[in-house]
Amino acid sequence: MQAAQTPHWAIEICDLRSQFGDFLVHEDLQLAIASGEIVSLVGGSGSGKTTLLRQILGLEKPAAGTVKVFGQDINSTDSEQLKLLRNRWGMLFQQGALFSAMTAFDNVAQPMRELRTLPEQLIRSAALLKLQMVGIDAAQATKMPADLSGGMIKRVALARALALEPELLFLDEPTAGLDPSLSDSFVELIAALHREMRLTVVMVTHDLDTIFALSTKIAVLADRHVIAYGTPHEVLKNDHPFIKEFFLGLRGKRALAGLEQ
Amino acid sequence: MPDHEPPHLAFDTNAPDAIAAIGAWQVQALARADVLPAIELCFEQLADPSGIRWDLTGISALDHIGAQVLWNGWGSVRPSDLHLAPAHDQIFARLEAADASAVPEIEPGSRFTMALLRYQTGMLLDHFRSAIGLIGQLVLDIGRFARRPLEGPWKELSANIYHAGFQALGITALVGFLIGVVLSYLSAQQLHTFGGDIYLVNILGMSIIRELGPLLAAILVAGRSGSSMTAQLGVMRVTEELDAMLVMGMPHGFRLIMPKVLALAIAMPLLVIWTDAMALIGGMSAALLELNLSPSYFLQELPDAVPLANYWIGLGKGVVFGSLIALVACHFGLRIKANTESLGQGTTTSVVTAITVVILADAVFAIVFAGVGF
Repeated sequence: MQAAQTPHWAIEICDLRSQFGDFLVHEDLQLAIASGEIVSLVGGSGSGKTTLLRQILGLEKPAAGTVKVFGQDINSTDSEQLKLLRNRWGMLFQQGALFSAMTAFDNVAQPMRELRTLPEQLIRSAALLKLQMVGIDAAQATKMPADLSGGMIKRVALARALALEPELLFLDEPTAGLDPSLSDSFVELIAALHREMRLTVVMVTHDLDTIFALSTKIAVLADRHVIAYGTPHEVLKNDHPFIKEFFLGLRGKRALAGLEQ
Repeated sequence: MPDHEPPHLAFDTNAPDAIAAIGAWQVQALARADVLPAIELCFEQLADPSGIRWDLTGISALDHIGAQVLWNGWGSVRPSDLHLAPAHDQIFARLEAADASAVPEIEPGSRFTMALLRYQTGMLLDHFRSAIGLIGQLVLDIGRFARRPLEGPWKELSANIYHAGFQALGITALVGFLIGVVLSYLSAQQLHTFGGDIYLVNILGMSIIRELGPLLAAILVAGRSGSSMTAQLGVMRVTEELDAMLVMGMPHGFRLIMPKVLALAIAMPLLVIWTDAMALIGGMSAALLELNLSPSYFLQELPDAVPLANYWIGLGKGVVFGSLIALVACHFGLRIKANTESLGQGTTTSVVTAITVVILADAVFAIVFAGVGF
């Protein structure tokens, strides 16, 4: 019923241009992501996926064009609005980016403490719940990030990204560096969270299994544009050489076989 | 986010044992001022929160933190008479499944205990052990370098001399000059009252060349290069570069530590000469202005006032101070753990220790060479 109306956009990118020195990364890039989607951002290395993600998050300013998140231009809203906006999204960095001077538990509790109004008792139980959602038990919660394995760091970082119940979740290479079974359980976890918390997810990944297992839409970045944006099946029908190479190579066929089953 | 009704609890006056939760029970709404205290006040008024009828169908949006507020209010049990939307049921199911007893305790603040004392004594011994290990390794590395000089880390050595020596010329010149001016002005006024103007050369020459030049240069280098060496090693630990070097067969001692120690041992005496010269120039210009003592007289008198031995002591101090600073910096750099807090602490401790060690060594020099050069 609601879907029949004009969709509610989580992210709108318009005429985006970004360059490093003389090197043009994006030009006239357009992308609009509706709420509730799980979008995979794919592209060759150096095609500016991470740059685009950082621009959506406001960590970098594009040379031209506008980036709107929940209808607000993140490069021109005032700081008060931006602060509210930042409580509505969560980001999982590639290396986790946990605060190394705090325990896993304090890392997850930090965004809630930053609100300054929640009582400590509530924060403690809520942070522990988040950790349990990602499969970290209380015994490991008191460890420092340096003492955690790579997979656990990712999980704690995801718990931190989810701490304030975001509507929009960004994932940078969520399954990179995880072993296959761990990576499968991570994918399962994100899918479950998407169902449960009605998240919009934007992820940058190279892992075809992850892409096909999770995404409702795929955005392909190549030649400085988004050359294709649609459901996995729609994107696969595209004849662009990059898409052919990326999805229909040997690995791609294997992943697709998994998708057909 | 559409502005929902704020979350609150509503009592039904007709049914005193029934309560309804209404509004958007989401973290952003709960975090607003006065929302949570009002809810907690409501819970406090209830004698048996889990025993009465709860109607949650009025909740427009619920997230885990909102559910947690209710759950904590119920005393971590599900009320027997609970009515809620089916979509919200799984959130409470998750809360019920969560092991509430496992909440980690807040650690008590550190107090003096025997365990702490033992730990700190152990740390001190550990420092000594690893410092001795470092010096031993350095001796072995220098031996290896002396046997096969062509295979030595020349590039690292020259880079370190450039960074720690050449790039420090500006700051040592400025500070040296200013200290020379200050010293000259202060002594000149005192000497003038006694009519001993010409002894300014002795005072300036002796104090700067034997004492102040080496010490000033060492303190500046400890702050400048000592901290950067510690931080560099610390970041290499954080980014696992140290481990990568070991794996590729590049020993830390030979490739990182020896070049730094040798570079400072070479650059420091040169910096000492430079600082001496600058401080003397500063003293001379102040003497010209204050006492009308001409620079040519100053330079003529200097060799007589300051015996040559003092230059050698100054240069020797430079070598020793430089090596000590580099050793302390490397010692603390290698002990940094892979987190940001340890990096900051390590760098601070390194600089403080380096300056303390330099002043200690200076005292030793003063005692050992008490009768030399007068």
